[in-house]
Amino acid sequence: MSIDKDKIKHVSKLARISVDEKKIDDLTKDLSSIFKFIEQLNELNTDKVEPLSSILNEPLRSRKDEINDGKIRDKILENSPKKNEEFFVVPKVIE
Amino acid sequence: MVGKVMTKEKRKYLIEGEKGKWEVVIGLEVHAQVSSNSKLFSGSSTKFGAEPNTQVSLVDSAFPGMLPVINEFCIQQAIKTGLGLNAKINSYSVFDRKNYFYADLPQGYQISQYKNPIVGEGKITLDLPNGTKTIGIERLHLEQDAGKSIHDLDPSNTYVDLNRSGVALMEIVSKPDLSSPDEVNAYIKKLRSIMRYLGTCDGNMQEGSLRADVNVSVRKEGNKELGTRCEIKNVNSIKFMQMAIIYEAQRQVELLESGKSIDQETRLFDTKKNETRSMRSKEDAHDYRYFPDPDLLPLNLDKELIENIKKNLPELPDQKKERFIKDYSLTAYEANVLVSEKEISYYFEEVVKTSDIKLAKNWIMGDLFASLNEKNISISQSPVTAKKMAQLVDSISSGIVSGRTAKEVFEIMKESGEEPSKIIESKGLQQKSDPKELEQIIEKILTENKDKVEQYKSGKDKLFGFFVGQVMKISGGKANPQLANQILKDKLKK
Repeated sequence: MSIDKDKIKHVSKLARISVDEKKIDDLTKDLSSIFKFIEQLNELNTDKVEPLSSILNEPLRSRKDEINDGKIRDKILENSPKKNEEFFVVPKVIE
Repeated sequence: MVGKVMTKEKRKYLIEGEKGKWEVVIGLEVHAQVSSNSKLFSGSSTKFGAEPNTQVSLVDSAFPGMLPVINEFCIQQAIKTGLGLNAKINSYSVFDRKNYFYADLPQGYQISQYKNPIVGEGKITLDLPNGTKTIGIERLHLEQDAGKSIHDLDPSNTYVDLNRSGVALMEIVSKPDLSSPDEVNAYIKKLRSIMRYLGTCDGNMQEGSLRADVNVSVRKEGNKELGTRCEIKNVNSIKFMQMAIIYEAQRQVELLESGKSIDQETRLFDTKKNETRSMRSKEDAHDYRYFPDPDLLPLNLDKELIENIKKNLPELPDQKKERFIKDYSLTAYEANVLVSEKEISYYFEEVVKTSDIKLAKNWIMGDLFASLNEKNISISQSPVTAKKMAQLVDSISSGIVSGRTAKEVFEIMKESGEEPSKIIESKGLQQKSDPKELEQIIEKILTENKDKVEQYKSGKDKLFGFFVGQVMKISGGKANPQLANQILKDKLKK
């Protein structure tokens, strides 16, 4: 995969990480070499190998359908930068 | 939009453009809220209508270090729904992260299933006016709902309520097999009915328990290739789905006929303006960067669990329909109506347990449905319970009241919920079925109308109706009509 300036801009936008315009060239170079390194893995033939979702060979733990949480509004809202008594308050987002 | 009319030719829904006829191809992604007490990955309640942010745990609000633990009941509900859709249950499925930023998605990703959903291909049979049609199901997967953004409480801010955040949804994806707004209507209703029979989703669209993304494309009539589609997001009523499809298909036809192409994009249906428009904010949104959620192991299902759920499935609408046709000699149409909702089918069976089938079905599908429509209530809210309906039907079949008087009784029942026997007694509505009493009335009528009797006997048959009318008038409508007819015929012969 080739990493160019546009790719860096696109990914940083998706990840909501602001990237200094001056650093983009360096970043492009660094990431390209990292990808090149990783891409050596592509030399392996994995045609008949199922993608691995977890390295643990254990069953998924589950819980019963019981209500035993919630009712902690003050605690939930406590760390919000902006709030009122009932809601998180965020800048207007509207379509 | 002038001069373009939808036609229903050869059973087909077509849009007449200036340069030919166009077919519409529709696929639905239905989001159905799983009926469960607690959320998919936390122990918070899912109850609708609670105070904002009171049904939110640290998991639902994505505090650092919190881990999701799956609700086993939600897994069972998904399997049950899959079996109800005649679908393949996958013994191996994986939870993935679907990454996007939005204020009401505190995790920054939605836990969903991408490559390996819990349920694979299935099908739904629709009963349409001109026969049945099978709609393919592509898949069903489990995922988290997002929170709710409220835009109208503050002019410059958006308020976020996370009560819904983390509630379990089943996303049910159809194949692009639907080809008209009417079919979409039938599909949603059938799907909802199946889930209600199963108890896996309450299907309440007002409360948002059932919503759909609608994929629409058009193609020249007879063309086999699919056109470029647009996805209309989050439509929450059948009527709006139909309106959105009609608008969107027309828009696409106009674009294509003027030589332009369709951009594959996400659109929004504006219910006030009745139009769809592009959601520019979603331009990057299709770059979801799915990957398996490292917080959750793959889900392996026991064959035994699946078999067990299969064994305990309730009778579903299609099976019930077959049985109703066989056991109660109903027409396909009648059976369809009576199984369309679980509660209606229970009501019907409760009534016919003791009472006449033909009368029961006519009363339920006639007067009862009319009263439900009029009051906009469901059958389970009806003051006329199945038991009372059975009593009313019995009083007709045993001759206590005539069909016409029964309607009078029903009018009172539907308001007060009173028992029919009490209404009949207190209003003195019992039919006069005593032959002697009727004979007296008839004798009197005949002597008072000698001229008409003469005319009748000389061949004016139509006068029979006059005599019947007189009997009813004098008896206050309470004469048993069959008996009155019989006696009249006998007397007039002599």
